[in-house]
Amino acid sequence: MKSFRWSLPLAIFVILVAFLWVGLSRDPREVPSPLIGKPAPAFELAKLHAPSETLATADLKGTVWLLNVWASWCVSCRVEHPLLVELAKANIVPVYGLDYKDKPDDGRAWLAQHGDPYTASIVDRDGRVGIDYGVYGVPETFLIDKAGVVRYKQIGPLTPEALKQKILPLVRELQK
Amino acid sequence: MIVRAAIAALLLACAGATSAADPVPPSGENAAGMNALDMRLKRLETELRCLVCQNQTLADSNADLADDLRREVRALALAGKSDDDIKAYLVARYGDFVLYKPPVKPITWMLWFGPFALLAGGGAIGWVVLRRRALGTTPTATNADTAGEMRARKLLNGEDDVAA
Repeated sequence: MKSFRWSLPLAIFVILVAFLWVGLSRDPREVPSPLIGKPAPAFELAKLHAPSETLATADLKGTVWLLNVWASWCVSCRVEHPLLVELAKANIVPVYGLDYKDKPDDGRAWLAQHGDPYTASIVDRDGRVGIDYGVYGVPETFLIDKAGVVRYKQIGPLTPEALKQKILPLVRELQK
Repeated sequence: MIVRAAIAALLLACAGATSAADPVPPSGENAAGMNALDMRLKRLETELRCLVCQNQTLADSNADLADDLRREVRALALAGKSDDDIKAYLVARYGDFVLYKPPVKPITWMLWFGPFALLAGGGAIGWVVLRRRALGTTPTATNADTAGEMRARKLLNGEDDVAA
């Protein structure tokens, strides 16, 4: 009974510290996506460089691919862009670009200026597909497997660490 | 007397001012200009979070995404979807975080029932402590303590400390 007297408050204190430690070290901007493990929302959109052609999610069945949400007005996209260009050169995984709420002319000019790492870019002029994908902060990157299931979501710019430690190992595993 | 009358007049004026201000919608439209759909959407939007600004509701936010989501919510409402359908639509895309009122499910049990559990626990501890105090006994008053008490009493009475 005597040891219970101080061990109970101590236990409560330790639990509280553990909860605060984990809770406060999290980034509140990173909202976990409910899409992970679910089929990627279907779309069929016009290609940025060939507006008469479309690209649909169904066309990508059987391949592991990245969907990178970008826009010419997006400042942080410039931060991750060199990394995407490098990734495209390495030819590991096809990257498709979703030009989100952008004027196609601006998007094309931006890619001409900064380099085009995308296998193809598609135009989401009114942001409807963005809403389907739960996009709330550009850039965002989704990793989608052969069966069309979302496996990973990067919120904000890609970093060399995220690419090396999370995305590329997962890509290799899914490509098997 | 004059001061008292002045204060009363001031209070009355204030009361009049607030009650007159209340019925005017914040947007400046008149009450009749807000139809049932607008009212419903307004209420629904205050229960939904803007993901860009996070601490603002969809109704309050000026963010571009909030505009798009309001448009989407309106389109769904016009298509005859219920409030629950609209919320489910947003939760499927953005997660429970879009709801200002988190749903009751195992992962949120602690959030919903934790405070009541703490209150009950604290109340139980308080009750036990108060009861013990009222009875005048403490669980530490064991035989060993009674022996110690007798020794102390003997010491106070000026007797030799046998235990020393």
